[in-house]
Amino acid sequence: MNVEELKIKISELLPGAVLEEGGQWLTINIEPNQWPAFAKQLRNDTNLYFDFLFCLTCIDWKTHLTMVYHLDSTKFRHNIVVKSKLDVATPAIETVSNIWRTAEFHEREVYEMFGVNFINHPDLRLLILPDGWEGKNPLRKDFEDPINMIRL
Amino acid sequence: MSDEIKNMTSEVPSSGGQGVFPGQVHELPGGGIVLSKLDDVINWARSNSLWPLTFATSCCGIEYMAVAGAKYDFSRFGFEVARASPRQADVIIIAGTIVNKMAPVLKRLYDQMGDPKYVIAMGACAISGGPFFYNTYSVVKGADHVIPVDVYVAGCPPRPEALLHALISLQNKIKDGLTREQLPLSPEEVK
Repeated sequence: MNVEELKIKISELLPGAVLEEGGQWLTINIEPNQWPAFAKQLRNDTNLYFDFLFCLTCIDWKTHLTMVYHLDSTKFRHNIVVKSKLDVATPAIETVSNIWRTAEFHEREVYEMFGVNFINHPDLRLLILPDGWEGKNPLRKDFEDPINMIRL
Repeated sequence: MSDEIKNMTSEVPSSGGQGVFPGQVHELPGGGIVLSKLDDVINWARSNSLWPLTFATSCCGIEYMAVAGAKYDFSRFGFEVARASPRQADVIIIAGTIVNKMAPVLKRLYDQMGDPKYVIAMGACAISGGPFFYNTYSVVKGADHVIPVDVYVAGCPPRPEALLHALISLQNKIKDGLTREQLPLSPEEVK
């Protein structure tokens, strides 16, 4: 599917979705509570068939967090980006590790770096950071570490 | 010493200079005599066979590989081949960023190397943390916080020529008996 066809298809699935264009890929902004059902549709729809989650990351905007999911279809070779705003105080979103297995590790990384709580994640614990870093979230903009960090 | 022998004596400086033997060679009819110090001969031999450890943590490793490759070829100077085991290595080239998680690994590798051992800090990260000095939670601000360093190479990453120069500087330092292990301990260290 090309971008125009994707836009029509997405609008059918999610009438209220806010679409963005101008970047490399079509971007959809959704609410966190829409994500579990929408993710299943993206994965299982025979014409969409987004079977490859090739990037899962998070952005700290200070006022809020944004989860970013990059999806690819190995069958149709089309891509899509899904973004979702999270509350900065208690960021939480449903896991997609049951749909795309690769998300299991990516979500653990976002969990330790940004403190996002992935609901129903099977094994939500630190991935790269050593023991003792639970709840410290070093990629948050307001993170401070007077022992290891030298502020410019 | 008779004038005859003096004339046949070739004096060379006891240190410095690539490949120069440290001592005096007295050519005599039917043979010759070498006058030297055992320490100088040992340093001379050691400095010309320094096998580095295969160790690189970031982009400096690419330059390190270039120096090992055919174009720059550190084998020419006695760094014959990079060994994958610290037990077989004489020198560790810290080629890249050392993070807090890597620091104990680096320390362990250094401890596993047999004496005499030498350390080269290659590039800005290994010297001081370099581009990661400010505003980072994970980077060690200089590999010399973890293990002692003999030679520092500036650059980000250093050119292959710079690393070659550092390796040859290390050789000269060993020949002069000026590396950390060769120098006598300071009173503080004796305590």
